[in-house]
Amino acid sequence: MSTSKKSRSLLLNIRNISIEGYSDEAWHPIIKGVDLQIKRGEVLGLIGESGAGKSTLGLAAMGFVRAGCRFTGGSISFEGKDLTKLSEKEKQKLWGTKFSYVAQSAAAAFNPAHTLLNQTIESSLSHNLETKENLKKNAVKLYREMQLPNPEEIGDRYPHQVSGGQLQRTMTAMAMTSKPDLIIFDEPTTALDVTTQVNVLATIRSIVKEHQTAAIYITHDLAVVVQMADRIQVLRYGETIEVAKTNQMLKSPNQEYTKSLWAVRSIQKKPQKKEDTILKIESIDASYDSGPMVLKNIDINVPTGRTVAIVGESGSGKSTTARSITGLLPPTNGKIIFQGRKLPARLSERSKEDLRRIQMIYQSPDTSMNPRHTVRDIIGRPLKFYHGVVGNRYTEKVIELLKMIELDESFIDRLPEELSGGQKQRICIARALAAEPDLIICDEVTSALDQIVQEGILKLLLRLQKELKISYIFITHDIATVKAIADEVVVMHQGSVVEQGLKKDIFSPPHPDYTKLLLSSVPEMDPKWLTRILTQ
Amino acid sequence: MHPIITTLIKRIGLGIVSLFFVTLIIFSSVNMLPGDFVEAVLGQSRTEETVRIFRQELGLDKPYHVRYVNWLTSAIQGDLGNTFSGRNATYANQPQQNTARSVSSLLQPRLFNTFFLAAMTAIIAIPLSLILGITAALYRNSFYDRTVNASALTAISMPEFFVAYVLIIFLASINQFFPSLSNVTSSTPFLERVYLSILPALTLTLVTVAHMMRMTRASIINLLSSPYIEMARLKGMSRTKVIIKHALPNAWAPIANIIAFNLAYLIVGVVVVEVVFVYPGVGQLMVDSVIKRDIPVVQGCALVFALTYILLNLIADVISIVTNPRLLYPK
Repeated sequence: MSTSKKSRSLLLNIRNISIEGYSDEAWHPIIKGVDLQIKRGEVLGLIGESGAGKSTLGLAAMGFVRAGCRFTGGSISFEGKDLTKLSEKEKQKLWGTKFSYVAQSAAAAFNPAHTLLNQTIESSLSHNLETKENLKKNAVKLYREMQLPNPEEIGDRYPHQVSGGQLQRTMTAMAMTSKPDLIIFDEPTTALDVTTQVNVLATIRSIVKEHQTAAIYITHDLAVVVQMADRIQVLRYGETIEVAKTNQMLKSPNQEYTKSLWAVRSIQKKPQKKEDTILKIESIDASYDSGPMVLKNIDINVPTGRTVAIVGESGSGKSTTARSITGLLPPTNGKIIFQGRKLPARLSERSKEDLRRIQMIYQSPDTSMNPRHTVRDIIGRPLKFYHGVVGNRYTEKVIELLKMIELDESFIDRLPEELSGGQKQRICIARALAAEPDLIICDEVTSALDQIVQEGILKLLLRLQKELKISYIFITHDIATVKAIADEVVVMHQGSVVEQGLKKDIFSPPHPDYTKLLLSSVPEMDPKWLTRILTQ
Repeated sequence: MHPIITTLIKRIGLGIVSLFFVTLIIFSSVNMLPGDFVEAVLGQSRTEETVRIFRQELGLDKPYHVRYVNWLTSAIQGDLGNTFSGRNATYANQPQQNTARSVSSLLQPRLFNTFFLAAMTAIIAIPLSLILGITAALYRNSFYDRTVNASALTAISMPEFFVAYVLIIFLASINQFFPSLSNVTSSTPFLERVYLSILPALTLTLVTVAHMMRMTRASIINLLSSPYIEMARLKGMSRTKVIIKHALPNAWAPIANIIAFNLAYLIVGVVVVEVVFVYPGVGQLMVDSVIKRDIPVVQGCALVFALTYILLNLIADVISIVTNPRLLYPK
């Protein structure tokens, strides 16, 4: 398959493709006349923010449109055929044989009712590519190449029985089974922890190279795409902004938008030391029901008017710590001292004043607001509840809060669905501010947002801290966010605190082993980063 | 122990507990029925003396809680007591000449008839509604889907006695394919029994298929937006395979529940259909006994109904547990 002659030829040629999606009883353009070429054995990186049309374009490369979408123009030529003109039956012959797809969330993309092996070979089996015996053998070989543990037996397991990183590698193995010409990787590592991501990236890269498979690698993470792609295509609002070889695009991006993507993370808060603490957590343990302990002997200090960032991977106990502080999950041991006074462990035993002083902002603004409440109700409720504000003063106060989060009064009667992701998160911030708290716990508040929007939210939070002297506990898995906002850093791993200290101390060696692993796993914009980290 | 076994034991335990509460409800509500069997039977000619003796003889003179415990303990041993209505005032003074039958012997043939009709309906209705539901999901929003949905809704919107009479008009009166009277007896041979029961079974099929078919369709369609369904399509699986192999195995839990619900209805709720076709089932027996204030029979019927209901729901629970790989194959 991998002759050098073949690897030069054009595999897929998308010309001027347009796709529309149906919503709110009208067709809206998603992709507006995009060209995309890919050669045999080439990896093309497709980047852009959410809503740029990356996934839609990636799927279109297979001739697939999601329900409620349609092709409205252009052509997709593959082996002399135009995929937009083929029937569903004809396309089914190509899917799973010539084209494969690797989805973002492997946990959701595997059918819970069938074993991994059955799902791995299912497609090739039903297309009669090979005998069942050979396919099984081949699957085990691929599992081994993907460095899965027990490659002979892991196929007999069900999706819920293996970890997220293993599932993602199994899905890549599944995509390779039919020896496809083109694989679409749709954000394959976005749902993974950074330390898991490194291995998955490495195995994907080596297997694609080994088999000379062409790939479209979709991601919003520039540092990741730089490791994987030969060429990069930047999309925005369904249009191509720029296409160039990876090195060239890194060195000299042509377009302003590309430059702005490259330049994010310009904020770097200067850490400030402060002696007096607003919150002191003393050796708390916690567990859900009678399950295993999820927090073990946690000690954390939050200095007044400063930001403490809690970093760690999923399952490290970050959010559980927040739940314990707020009283949602009373700790089984230890105490929480707030402003020099021990807080009752249970939410129900805390006074209204205790509740007012600690507020929380959540990861997903979509689910943390009642979709039937207007901005006025959402921000106004804590005003009424904690401060008894009513009448004209109520509206005045809501407008004042809106100004504080840099939105004008025209937003006051909107529903959450009429707001963008960043605006929604701003409303959530205003809701927390309405209580006039002393401490705000921010739980992954920027994780669901695009980079540029994230920057705006972080700047806002920093400004509010300066003006109102609020203390923050900032829970995140993203090291770049920590660098941007924190004074102090707490590193958590498997329910314990690995270390706590000033930002500059945590980020400079010597590190405990886990911190070292965590920091080194964060992808860098250097194309040689992945190779370097693997040889270390 | 395998977690499934513990879950199952818990469910069965819960079933027993609910059955116990149901016996309490049955007993108290039956005894709260207005009217009095003794006074009704003895009529105008009653004297205080005969009333007292008759009450004593039926055990009605004892306090409620004693009667409840007696009833419950013998019911657990399979003895549902004797009917009231076999006795009459003439023998009130001479208990030894009692002709009362046991509730069980009265219930047994009726119960067999009811189960027979329910089974016959289920054999037609369950596969039919599964096939209709799956194909409607497969060709959703097509002309076929709309037709199936509309007809199912029409059938379920009409009262069952109406459906029954319409069937009688077309299949028993205008075209005399089937008998309009389904008066089976215990000696009716099997095939004749089937033939006699066709119209009531058809009526019940029409009123139950809609529920089950729509639930099957909805459960499958609900899953079709899952990422793993999209994945299956992107692996080039045909529409039929996507639905049968990828959606259906994950849709069993709600489907099993709705089937159990309808089966229970076929056993406990078919009195109207029984009356129309003069079919000797438990429903009719219970209604008759309520009119006659024959307390032991009413209690017996109610208990059998409750038992069926709880048992069927237990089976549905078990199905949803064993079709869930997360429970079946723990980490």
